[in-house]
Amino acid sequence: MTSAERLEQVKNAVLPVLAGHFGSDTFSITEHRNELSVTVPRERLLEVADVLKNTPSLHFDMLKDVCAVDWNRRKQRFELIYNFWSLDFNYRLRVKCFTEEKAPHVDSLVPLYGSANWYEREAYDMHGIIFDGHPDLRRMYMPEDFLDPVSGEPLYPLRKDFPMMGIPGSLPLPERKP
Amino acid sequence: MGLTDQLERDGFLTTTIEAAINWARKNSVWPMPLGISCCAIEMMAFAGPRFDVARFGSERFSFSPRQSDLLIVAGTVTYKMAWVVRKIYDQMPDPKWVLSMGACASSGGMFRSYSVVQGIDQFIPVDVFVAGCPPRPENLIQGLMAIQDKIQHSKGRLIERSTPELVD
Repeated sequence: MTSAERLEQVKNAVLPVLAGHFGSDTFSITEHRNELSVTVPRERLLEVADVLKNTPSLHFDMLKDVCAVDWNRRKQRFELIYNFWSLDFNYRLRVKCFTEEKAPHVDSLVPLYGSANWYEREAYDMHGIIFDGHPDLRRMYMPEDFLDPVSGEPLYPLRKDFPMMGIPGSLPLPERKP
Repeated sequence: MGLTDQLERDGFLTTTIEAAINWARKNSVWPMPLGISCCAIEMMAFAGPRFDVARFGSERFSFSPRQSDLLIVAGTVTYKMAWVVRKIYDQMPDPKWVLSMGACASSGGMFRSYSVVQGIDQFIPVDVFVAGCPPRPENLIQGLMAIQDKIQHSKGRLIERSTPELVD
């Protein structure tokens, strides 16, 4: 089966189900290199994931990755990308949603997918996105006290306004004694 | 007359105690391998049979800092890891030497970014920097020989006295 045929198969399976639950005007689709992406409103994300997982004809039972993108603009600054996979049917689907710059909140997918736990912690650590309902939203890679030494605000290193070489004094080094 | 001839004729050699201690020390350098990224692979080749660092008396890789003389920092040191490197260095008994292996440990290498320390000499004293990404094992042997040279020409004492420090 070619990838174009695979794309048709995924579209025929997924899109009628989503249109039946949410109406065809709540989401938009894009195709790129024979991969299907669905952009949904942020408020509906948890419902969409629930439908994708629990509809027997789709059964997207694996959340493979969650990433965040900083588009560096006033509105809809952060984009969240969820990659789903259905092991039963070998369908792959990418679901996207956008959040605002001030207090970027998204519903956590941990109640549905256990794998979302660490992916969302990583997105929180690097981009500062707050996942509502996450059981343990702590930093993953950076130290807990990774704060701006002047303002005391938490720093998120993958945001576009973070300087590449970091902020002096935000990460302490041991003193060179001898 | 060479040393061998003199030894055969007299059955003994005369030297200073410092030179004898330094000679013993330089030929029994026990490395503490701190392999924190891909340089560690070349460091393993350096210890393995093909390059065979046993020829230089350093085959005994000590996986405890308390029984080692030379800290080989082989890899990228992040700000989080810097505290671990420092703690291992502090646990090593005097006299001790530090070899910074590869571009990352020496200067941050290709990781010119917020999370990577741009050179471990910012928080521990380094005796020898070995260039390369990663360095060939021959290059690391060259670095070890530079350490040996430094030991031979250092002011050897029976007991190294340094200010004792409490390590938490």
